[in-house]
Amino acid sequence: MLTTWQPPGGSEELAIRFGDDTGPCLLVLPAWFDEGNKTRHFTIETMRLLAGRGVPSVLPDLPGCNESLTGLTEQTLATWREAAAAAAAQFGCSQVLAIRAGANIAPGLPGFAYAPLAGKSALRALLRARTLAAKEAGHPETTEALLQTGKVEGLELAGYHLGAAMVAELAEAVLAPSALVPLDPGGPLLWLRAEPEHNPEQAAALADLIAEGMTA
Amino acid sequence: MTTNLPASVANPEDTDAILRSILRDVLGLSDERVAELAAGSGLFGHIPEFDSMAVAGLLTEVEDRCDILIEDDEVDGDMLETYGALLTFVSTKRAEG
Repeated sequence: MLTTWQPPGGSEELAIRFGDDTGPCLLVLPAWFDEGNKTRHFTIETMRLLAGRGVPSVLPDLPGCNESLTGLTEQTLATWREAAAAAAAQFGCSQVLAIRAGANIAPGLPGFAYAPLAGKSALRALLRARTLAAKEAGHPETTEALLQTGKVEGLELAGYHLGAAMVAELAEAVLAPSALVPLDPGGPLLWLRAEPEHNPEQAAALADLIAEGMTA
Repeated sequence: MTTNLPASVANPEDTDAILRSILRDVLGLSDERVAELAAGSGLFGHIPEFDSMAVAGLLTEVEDRCDILIEDDEVDGDMLETYGALLTFVSTKRAEG
């Protein structure tokens, strides 16, 4: 069901909850940007299956994402980290599931990581998509030049307008050693898929791993 | 048996398996279709959904799994046009270490 929450900064953001909303729940930090679109269906279905396994979960919109009225350009890794921590506190989350680049902003909760991706690698893929498209269109750009401009003026990558601070932070963002348990449900890597697709067996496998991990 | 070769040179078949697995995921191919990919199978420019975002995802995943870095100026239409060209490129990069 849809609900709302307030990140630091005073905006109101949407969140989707599944399962019993009276006890502790699992904070879901989704993949980012185009990977977020490609794994949205999978993420929501995994949450639905988790509820059926007795694990309530919540997926908050980060400021600047999805239905947010806040500008993405104003966001930084720091504002997203603060937002994730605030969401965890407001929804009483005891554990976290970080998917792909979501691992970069996981609050200090125990939990799980599915195919964690460093911010640096997320940015590299977005920059590469832009340089490839530019080359095809006959006006080549270089990653290095884009990055230098982006750190000063911000950058539009795959339709997302990232601010200068976010570009600069992502360029340096490596994954810190984490206590999150890595999960491998097997099956295709849905974030690579050129045409977004869902995989019910994989969602069930991931939900099983999480449900087992939470009761262990 | 030479023992001082990098693992990537010692296991060229590994590169083929990694590339097929990534292409299966990018293009949503069945295992049968993936197994049928031949050196001359067309990729970039031949498959409409294999666009710049899909190629970017593929190359970044290849970098991660093969532990190589692919530079801007190495990425062009020729290297991506067929399965064989892509396999040759990645195998050479891995051999260079």
